[in-house]
Amino acid sequence: MMLKGIELFYLLRPVWAVLLALVLGSALIALGGVNPLAAYKELFGGAFFDYYGFANTLVKMSPILLAGLAVVIPLRAGLFNIGAEGQIYMGGLLAAMAALYLPEIPAAIHIPVVIIAGAIGGGLWGFIPGYLKAYHGINEVIVTILMNYVGINLVSYFAGGPMMQEGAPYPYSEEIAEYLWLPWIMGGTDAHAGILFGLGLALIAWLTIRFTTVGFALDTVGKNQTAGRYAGINVKRQILVSMFVAGAFAGLAGTFEVIGLKFRLYHLFSPGYGYDGIVVAFLAGLNPILVPLSAFFLSGLKAGAHIMQRATGLESTVIDAIQGLVIIFVAASLAFRFNQSQWKRILDRRKSMERQLAEQNAGAKSGSD
Amino acid sequence: MELLFDPAQLSDFLGTTLRLSIPIIFAAVGGVISERSGVFNISLEGCILGGAFGAAVGAFLFGSPFGGLALALLCAGLAGVTLAVLGVSLGINQIVAGIAINILMLGLTAFLARLIFGGEATTMTLPGFYPIAIPGLSAIPVVGSVLFNQDLLVYLMYLMVPAVWWVMYRTPWGLNVRAIGDYPRAADTAGVNVQAVRYCAVIASCMMAGLGGAYIVLSQVFVFTEHMSAGKGFIALAALILGRWNPIGALLAALLFGFFDALQLRLQFNSPEVPYQIFSMLPYLVSILALVLLAGKVRPPAAIGTKFERGAK
Repeated sequence: MMLKGIELFYLLRPVWAVLLALVLGSALIALGGVNPLAAYKELFGGAFFDYYGFANTLVKMSPILLAGLAVVIPLRAGLFNIGAEGQIYMGGLLAAMAALYLPEIPAAIHIPVVIIAGAIGGGLWGFIPGYLKAYHGINEVIVTILMNYVGINLVSYFAGGPMMQEGAPYPYSEEIAEYLWLPWIMGGTDAHAGILFGLGLALIAWLTIRFTTVGFALDTVGKNQTAGRYAGINVKRQILVSMFVAGAFAGLAGTFEVIGLKFRLYHLFSPGYGYDGIVVAFLAGLNPILVPLSAFFLSGLKAGAHIMQRATGLESTVIDAIQGLVIIFVAASLAFRFNQSQWKRILDRRKSMERQLAEQNAGAKSGSD
Repeated sequence: MELLFDPAQLSDFLGTTLRLSIPIIFAAVGGVISERSGVFNISLEGCILGGAFGAAVGAFLFGSPFGGLALALLCAGLAGVTLAVLGVSLGINQIVAGIAINILMLGLTAFLARLIFGGEATTMTLPGFYPIAIPGLSAIPVVGSVLFNQDLLVYLMYLMVPAVWWVMYRTPWGLNVRAIGDYPRAADTAGVNVQAVRYCAVIASCMMAGLGGAYIVLSQVFVFTEHMSAGKGFIALAALILGRWNPIGALLAALLFGFFDALQLRLQFNSPEVPYQIFSMLPYLVSILALVLLAGKVRPPAAIGTKFERGAK
């Protein structure tokens, strides 16, 4: 019973990490001259208990959830995809191109084409570092990061050059046709259906990893490549496929920003959602079914930050600092694994000690009588 | 083409190359120390940013670039301590730890900078270092003014790179670092304190990257802006691989990336009608290309990324 409790305590590590980050964050807030409780009340109240605030949380959750999945999937195979940011941009770019430049086709075909184009755009941006890793052994961390900068600059180039709307004050493209827009899910707000795609894909990713041989192969490669190879798993293909799929998920995040929220290709349209995906992935313990939960929390922090800034005057960047603390503590908590035999030993020792104490006490009592 | 024949223009171009290379050189040579001891230092980017932030705050508070330098070393050093605790003591995956530090530095510096500088963050000019011409040497045509009419941090870099090389290859401590990076168990058996050496290597590495950040603030722009490291730490990682985990190699590779950065600036300048971003991506593309061309031809330290535990099998 006690053992189960301790195991649960270990399982909830990310929760403790978040609480610790929020406590330390309150010191930062106090440093900013604001009462931390008042700030958190505005933050969480605005993010989760206000109609428009909640809608805003969902708006941010759409890309962050997908970016989180884009980090989780390759990481199951032991690959660090730090390139979700660039993949988001490339997805947005190809989706915008498909939306703006294809000849007239019926909406029922055009919409899926746009979405697939976005997925392929991001997918290719993930496939390249995957290929370089699988066939040339090049560190995927460095390549994915460097490709972020290439992707972001490419979008800025297109949005400010060939695709720029004439006379626009800063780089953005023409507006895409209204029949391509994603439906809204909360009246009077910006919350769009992208989040539903994200939730569906999280479920599919979880089912795949949990119940199929594909998922098993992915995890085996992540745990021990050599064992995987001996078990007949094509390790290279696992790397290629997981990186392509991850890129495609991030590409969809970019696609939904374009066809669900902005309706144009803007330069710098993602404020680092790809990096938020890393935080989300670790907060979810690399479990796809928990990604929506951690993405919901993080999006809430971000959406609430501006409400908090308006109400208390505290810089909303404090949330970026708290987010940094969250990932540091989650990372540190990874070091503390639940060791059943060790805890059992400790508990057994305690029990025997208590028994001895009880016996001695009983003996002392009978002696004094 | 005229670039090559006009001494003034050539000198200007070489100066830009050096200027853009210096943060990368500091970070890449620092990274060599950490990685040779067997610890991935993905947090170089965060250390540059931390150094830049510390430099700005120090220069602002003390009114002197030396105060900035001190605080830059402190901030980057703290990032190094964090990486060492997470990656060396706790044995967390060093890449995870490095990424976490980068994200922390990004958020923390953005918030604290707004807190400290308020709204005037981007308009104020901080005290900084100014060029000191070395008599005689700076009069050499073309390269003289490029190399020997520089500020203190550049001269520090001239001394640091050979010093790091000397420490790594000519001193017992350097031998320990290299041995630990390849085969920590053997070093441990020989009586070397593996954890202590790794701590020193990681912290030194981060402080050097911090100097790179300090250079950007104190010698180039005299102001702190959010995320001003802009990926230089990751280019430095590519440079240290291209330089084969050797300080001199890392220096040359960093200069190569600086050269392409200077080149893209010139291209921007010469063709204002083209959106500049198409040129901005050049240093990143060159870094990727360099990694691809070098793939399979370089060998990282054998024990890199692994946790060392005494007595563990």
